[in-house]
Amino acid sequence: MTTTLTKPSEAVEPKRARRSKSARAGGTMHAGPIAYTILVLFSIGSLFPLVWTAIAASRNNNRLAETPPPFWFGGNLFHNLDVAWNEANLGQAFLNTTIVAGISAITIVVLSTIAGFAFAKLRFRGRNILMLTVIGTMMVPPQLSIIPLYMMVAKLNWADQLQAVIFPSLVSAFGVFFMRQYLIQALPDELIEAARVDGASSWRVVWHIVFPAARPAMAVLGMLMFVQAWNDFLWPFLVLTQTGNPTVQVALAGLGRGYTPDQSLIMAGALLGTLPLLLVFAIFGKQIVGGIMQGAVKG
Amino acid sequence: MATRHDTAAPLAQEGGAAPVRPPAAPTEAERRRRARLSRRWQRDIKWSPYGFISPFFVLFLAFGLFPLVYTGWASLHTVELTAPTDMQWAGLHNYTRIFGDDFFWNAAKNTLTIGIISTVPQLLMAMGLAHILNYRLRASTFYRVVMLAPYATSIAAASLVFVLLFGRDYGMINWALHFVGVGHIDWQNDKWPSQIAVSSIVIWRWTGYNALIYLAAMQAIPQDLYESAALDGASRWRQFVHVTLPQLRPTILFTCVVSTIGASQLFGEPLIFDANKGASGGAEHQFQTLGLYLYEQGWVNQHLGRASAIAWTMFLILIVIGIVNYVISRRLRASS
Repeated sequence: MTTTLTKPSEAVEPKRARRSKSARAGGTMHAGPIAYTILVLFSIGSLFPLVWTAIAASRNNNRLAETPPPFWFGGNLFHNLDVAWNEANLGQAFLNTTIVAGISAITIVVLSTIAGFAFAKLRFRGRNILMLTVIGTMMVPPQLSIIPLYMMVAKLNWADQLQAVIFPSLVSAFGVFFMRQYLIQALPDELIEAARVDGASSWRVVWHIVFPAARPAMAVLGMLMFVQAWNDFLWPFLVLTQTGNPTVQVALAGLGRGYTPDQSLIMAGALLGTLPLLLVFAIFGKQIVGGIMQGAVKG
Repeated sequence: MATRHDTAAPLAQEGGAAPVRPPAAPTEAERRRRARLSRRWQRDIKWSPYGFISPFFVLFLAFGLFPLVYTGWASLHTVELTAPTDMQWAGLHNYTRIFGDDFFWNAAKNTLTIGIISTVPQLLMAMGLAHILNYRLRASTFYRVVMLAPYATSIAAASLVFVLLFGRDYGMINWALHFVGVGHIDWQNDKWPSQIAVSSIVIWRWTGYNALIYLAAMQAIPQDLYESAALDGASRWRQFVHVTLPQLRPTILFTCVVSTIGASQLFGEPLIFDANKGASGGAEHQFQTLGLYLYEQGWVNQHLGRASAIAWTMFLILIVIGIVNYVISRRLRASS
């Protein structure tokens, strides 16, 4: 990058605090104006479609069929939100999605923590091959299993019922992998041994040592899994219907694919469906960013 | 405090200095109690790991592995959507049917081209972004969170917005393009524009996420490498090429694999982007992906068996990609 100032002291400067947690490797140079410009442009690119969703949602359909397109808010927002809420069955959808995503996230976090602990800290026969299986399943796309799952749902008469979406969402190979990576370095072996010496059984070790030690990673994983379950589309779209028992994504797809020609209403629905997660990101953004980056190291 | 002789006793003997419990001969009852405890202890150590991983694996078998295998079984049968449990043996008929279908090959080609159009710029931009984010920045957390906002947006919501932005007559993008003299582009019906439009949804949602992954890997590169490169007089650019990129190789491969898998199963974006609201990926199947083709065969044409065959074909393609990726990464590692 040509933008950064090449300080002569640079080669010497990073000597202090080498490799301490906060010292960012390769990150010792200051960003120049071009770097900031690029960042600002990308930020605008990231946010513009979201902001424009709100703008379009605050107009009416006629205004969206004119050139130039609107750049500022109109007065129709609350009316549109109200209509979209009812038309897309969004109240039901929010309730359903919260239930599905909540159960899915909590189950995944608990199961992944226990399994991740076993893979990180316990010795047992078959550990490596089983861990490889877990990593391998991270690569298998969900489309491969939807047809038998669909048959199961048909057989059990679960169409349009939440359990059809909940059950397949309870496993995450990524979760096991993530917790294993975290616990390998965050949980000292001595702590487990000390508890062992005191006569603690394995379950007591999990309850009193692993869970407390894993709490930050559990929170991050929980948020990631909640987002994933909240945004999951393909499977809920196949087994739930918009008029019956939709999740938010199913309701949105129904709104877009329905015969409502009113684009401002569709945008109002999209806005409603996106806002909760955007709020979560605005509040916990730092933690989520940290979690994604933490999960990434190793690769 | 109850000390366990199998873990604690050797310590005391080795040390010698610690006050050792007098080696009083234990009674018969005491010895039996200890033996029982010890057995239970051994059992706990030996079997509890399996107990810890079994909930995950049981669910995984039920909702991951079994359906995967069963899809293969179903692909050898004729199964109708209206009676999904009624299966009739069909041998390889479904596969020959698919391979003889022009729309399958069309979908395969589209998946490949959309995959390339969406993945390559996405990862390149993510790499550049990560490099910038790795500078000392004011408000660095702010930029990171903002770049993750698209990731928080669902496929459905994002696609609905992009349909409007890419509108032919009143869309924001065509309006902006007319200033640079580009006429009305039909982002729905023309082949390449529609594929670019669908890809742009993917790019928008995932660039920031991948940038964060690259950033994390960049921050894990030891500072010493840059120091010695700088001492050798390497420029910024050469440092990036000769230090950063090689160190990021595992991460780059990882993101390539993940993006490839993501691209191979693209479904929601082309489904919702289609103004005709069908599953054909545009009037002339111009942006129908394999995922969409699978859905069309299974849920529109109601041939679940055929859809299973498509799923398994996709699986085999992914395995081939996985093997190629493994070979490449082996080669790269061996050559360095």
